[in-house]
Amino acid sequence: MLEIKGLKADVDGTEILKGIDLAVPTGEVHAVMGPNGSGKSTLAYVLAGRDDYAVTGGSATFDGVDLLSLEPEARAAAGLFLAFQYPVELPGVGNANFLRTALNATRRARGEPELDAVQFLKLARAETRRLSVPDDMLKRNVNVGFSGGEKKRNEVLQMAILRPKLAILDETDSGLDIDALKIVAHGVNTLRGPDFSALVITHYQRLLDHIIPDRVHVLAGGRIVRSGGPELAHELEAHGYASVAAEAA
Amino acid sequence: MPAVAETLDTVQSVTQSAYKWGFETNVEMEFAPKGLNEDIIRLISDKKGEPDWLLEWRLKAFAAWQTMQEPHWAKVGYPRIDYQDLHYYAAPKRRAGPQRLEDVDPELLRMYEKLGIPLKERAILAGVEGAGLPGPIEGRADVAVDAVFDSVSVATTFRETLARAGVIFCPISEAVREHPELVRQYLGSVVPPADNFYAALNSAVFTDGSFVFIPRGVRCPMELSTYFRINARNTGQFERTLIVAEAGSAVSYLEGCTAPQRDENQLHAAVVELVALDDASIKYSTVQNWYPGDAEGRGGIYNFVTKRGACRGARSKISWTQVETGSAITWKYPSCVLQGEGSIGEFYSVAVTTNRQQADTGTKMIHIGANTRSTIVSKGISAGRSNNTYRGLVRVLPQARGARNHTQCDSLLIGEECGAHTVPYIESRNPTARVEHEATTSKIAEDHLFYCRQRGLSEEDAVNLIVNGFCKEVLKELPMEFAVEAQKLLAVSLEGSVG
Repeated sequence: MLEIKGLKADVDGTEILKGIDLAVPTGEVHAVMGPNGSGKSTLAYVLAGRDDYAVTGGSATFDGVDLLSLEPEARAAAGLFLAFQYPVELPGVGNANFLRTALNATRRARGEPELDAVQFLKLARAETRRLSVPDDMLKRNVNVGFSGGEKKRNEVLQMAILRPKLAILDETDSGLDIDALKIVAHGVNTLRGPDFSALVITHYQRLLDHIIPDRVHVLAGGRIVRSGGPELAHELEAHGYASVAAEAA
Repeated sequence: MPAVAETLDTVQSVTQSAYKWGFETNVEMEFAPKGLNEDIIRLISDKKGEPDWLLEWRLKAFAAWQTMQEPHWAKVGYPRIDYQDLHYYAAPKRRAGPQRLEDVDPELLRMYEKLGIPLKERAILAGVEGAGLPGPIEGRADVAVDAVFDSVSVATTFRETLARAGVIFCPISEAVREHPELVRQYLGSVVPPADNFYAALNSAVFTDGSFVFIPRGVRCPMELSTYFRINARNTGQFERTLIVAEAGSAVSYLEGCTAPQRDENQLHAAVVELVALDDASIKYSTVQNWYPGDAEGRGGIYNFVTKRGACRGARSKISWTQVETGSAITWKYPSCVLQGEGSIGEFYSVAVTTNRQQADTGTKMIHIGANTRSTIVSKGISAGRSNNTYRGLVRVLPQARGARNHTQCDSLLIGEECGAHTVPYIESRNPTARVEHEATTSKIAEDHLFYCRQRGLSEEDAVNLIVNGFCKEVLKELPMEFAVEAQKLLAVSLEGSVG
């Protein structure tokens, strides 16, 4: 269970998160929607532990573990995965090598045995098939020369291989055509289960046609201003953020 | 007080591990007095039992050196070197050959152990009598080792296998005695004695090094490797290496270096000459990890090296691959003189500088023959407060029609206080030549590190992964066993350079 209480954070001295309260029970998928500049990506980065963000108040725990006190890699080992809005390119670093190194680092941190190259490839190939991702994506260098859609699919492939307990998807739908969107949604949906939670951050409702959330939260001005069921996404789509935010205020 | 002592030990071991190969071997040494003059040169020549022609050759080089100025055009700075304050000869005292491994100086054996030389090879290297080793070593590709322990080659292995193929691989001092006609024909033919200040110094005082001769049509049956180590206080190292590949022959030569840690700067001025005749190919790989000095730039090796290969024959090929992580100062430009029609020169380099290290390194590709081709791939990694310069010359002479060169120079910066510089010189005097130069400079950005760490990698693992990816094009050129060593070396060199 992810529990965020009164979370405040600054970027370069400007307060972006002004007291976020949010709980995602284990096994649920929640969506966070909001206008540009509302603090959605900041929330994702703060939870994952990016350096440039200063937490000034509140708490965030995952299964009782204080996330904010951990290094980013320890949060990953605790089961947190962030699908980036803008995945970086790593020239000369093969995707398979990168993923195996990452997987083994988290397995080591959890006291599990590491996988050798053969075991890893077997696992990785099973995931590429399941997600209809071409096998050669594993052979290519991490995100180098990937189209926008391929980068997002690679994020989902990484998620599938690393098997997080909590996935945060930061506008993974942005810039995707409908086919890519379906693949991303499929990737999340197949992970859904009693031990998997997700926070799906999105600007648009269309992703939520494919990943039906248990709850929808509206983030505006650094606070959660409304929460509701999946129908809230449709209301936002129909009336826009302005009216919803105004209504809440 | 045991707890205190233990703490002290721990602190000591932690600080010492900053340079993992920084140990010193206490083998009894035999020194020549400090200073450089004709008498010292005569002494060196006499100790080696050299013929008169070689002594004359040395003395001529010395005369030339005395008229020359130390070069200062490279982007490096260091205090003035007093060439009269160095020893120019040091040799481990040899007893009669030991009978068993237990009789060998344990210091020497410990050194081999730290260097990771397999047990079976150590006995041979230490000159244990009867420790012949005709076959390949278990679990390891065939590698013949000629260990240079300071100035005298301690031992040479795999002699028989090589001899059967007609390959000569021995200390150059031995080659002078056993194969004088070959040495006389080729020595100084690629790097003339008065080529430059350091080459002239080397020609005057070189004490040892390796000699390789691959006869016509022979592919050398194993990788050749030499471990150079510098091991005596204030002893300049002046290695001389000469490799000759006759028509249609092929050889791969590996050179790996580590050196003990010490406070005073040490001068190293080696000369390497390669000669490739028609259709011959020479692959020369270096992993250089001499003591780089401490974090404040105290101590460390001055590595002023002249390496040059002559592609004399048609379709001959010389390929230099280097991974340079050590030395306080590196001044090194392994070059190819492409004389033979259709000959090929290659230069693949990774140069890492951290703390206060300075590297000014690159290559020269001189296109003389028609349809000659050259490839340059240089990867510079700068961290700490270091300076890393690529300096390269591509010269196409008028008769080199159809010559082609492609140069790629990439620099990677880690942190805010280091420098990367690219200084390409391109001179083309043939209108049909094609010369291409690409250069990039990038930084290991916070974004990259965060992405890797989010996936579970530690910061150091992330840096290693990114750096190894950056160097991949060069590392894949190394022979297998060196590629692994080089990757480890990159990781060790860059430990603690981030954050």
